[in-house]
Amino acid sequence: MARHEGIPRTLNLEVVTPTRMVVREEVEEVMAPGAEGYFGVMGGHLPFMSTLKVGELAYRKNGRWRHLAVSWGYVEVRPETVIVLAEAAEKAEEVDAARAERARDRALERLAQWGDESIDVLRAQGALTRSLTRIEVAGKS
Amino acid sequence: MATLRDIRRRINSVKSTQQITKAMKMVAAAKLRRAQQRIVEARPYAYKIQEVIASLALRTSPEQHPLLATRETGRKGLVVVAADKGLCGAFNANILRKAFEYLRQAEDAEVQITLLVVGRKVRDFFRRRQVERQGEWINIFDQLAYTHAAEIGSQLARGYLDSELDEVHLLYNEFKSAGIQRLVMERLLPITPLSVEAEELQPVEFIFEPSPEVILGELLPRHVEIQVYRALMESAAAEQGARMTAMEAATQSASEMIERLTLVFNKARQERITRELMDIVGGAEALRGAGTA
Repeated sequence: MARHEGIPRTLNLEVVTPTRMVVREEVEEVMAPGAEGYFGVMGGHLPFMSTLKVGELAYRKNGRWRHLAVSWGYVEVRPETVIVLAEAAEKAEEVDAARAERARDRALERLAQWGDESIDVLRAQGALTRSLTRIEVAGKS
Repeated sequence: MATLRDIRRRINSVKSTQQITKAMKMVAAAKLRRAQQRIVEARPYAYKIQEVIASLALRTSPEQHPLLATRETGRKGLVVVAADKGLCGAFNANILRKAFEYLRQAEDAEVQITLLVVGRKVRDFFRRRQVERQGEWINIFDQLAYTHAAEIGSQLARGYLDSELDEVHLLYNEFKSAGIQRLVMERLLPITPLSVEAEELQPVEFIFEPSPEVILGELLPRHVEIQVYRALMESAAAEQGARMTAMEAATQSASEMIERLTLVFNKARQERITRELMDIVGGAEALRGAGTA
């Protein structure tokens, strides 16, 4: 213990969206989909800022991992806190898997009509990534 | 002169109107609570994003970002936010008067205006006057979601980046308290350089991924969206507050009217009784006179 004096062992994680505070907990470890790939954070991390891609945000509390699906976001890491601003964030148990599957099918359908100029390919791809993430996360509740 | 039956009918009609205004007041009060709750819930996100932008602006050359750059104003944009429904006092009228005035001034100055309207009442107003609208959002206040604001915000940001718009203003009612709304006209684009006191920012050296410029570039459009979202929520709360006050006043007026009508009714009834008594007394007198003669 003496050797680790001064190094925080836990992090205060806050996940905030424009409509609500999704998570506000003391956790041991956080995994997030950073702009340049997934990264992990534990207590005492150096100050760090990044944007988030669509993906899975996970945190460990009392040894148990919990999962969230996030779309675009921003993360700020300090030695004792992690603040995530996400456009949308859903806990695994909140994800409506059936709805996500419908969204995936819709996106796939649109992408299948690749030749059609009127279809916004980028938007469909975005929708596909988001729905796939939500399906993945829903399986972990 | 109104007969007793007419007065009675008036009283009943005012009473049923009063029941409606009373119910509307209670509905507005309940919706107001929810709207206020929403504003509070959105605060942490909005506050944090401002703080981060201010802090990033110190580390980069913010004037380089197009959303922060001021341009000679040629084409202007105006977003007018009011209600879908009426019966809320001067809530809509204030906004519409101000918006109309703004458009007239712009016309005099020969400035082109791109008009975006939120709320059925605003749409109807400008449609009647045959003013062209480049965007309409109708009936969103029952199910207000961030995606509405994102849609409006991204349309504006895109217009600004494509140089179709050189300045954008937001016109809406701000919620002060249940009884007070304040008309607000604020500039949305270019984004006003945010002033955060230097001492509030701790001099922390961050590792940036990918770079402060890129992060700032991604946050700024979100800032525009959250500003629009806040305006929509403020307006929604202000609308319910205005409706609550208007319906309270209407209920009060109905009470006074019922009181006055009841008085008239009683007087008329009293008069009729007196008149009938007089008739009976008069008749009896006449009969008695006839008997003794």
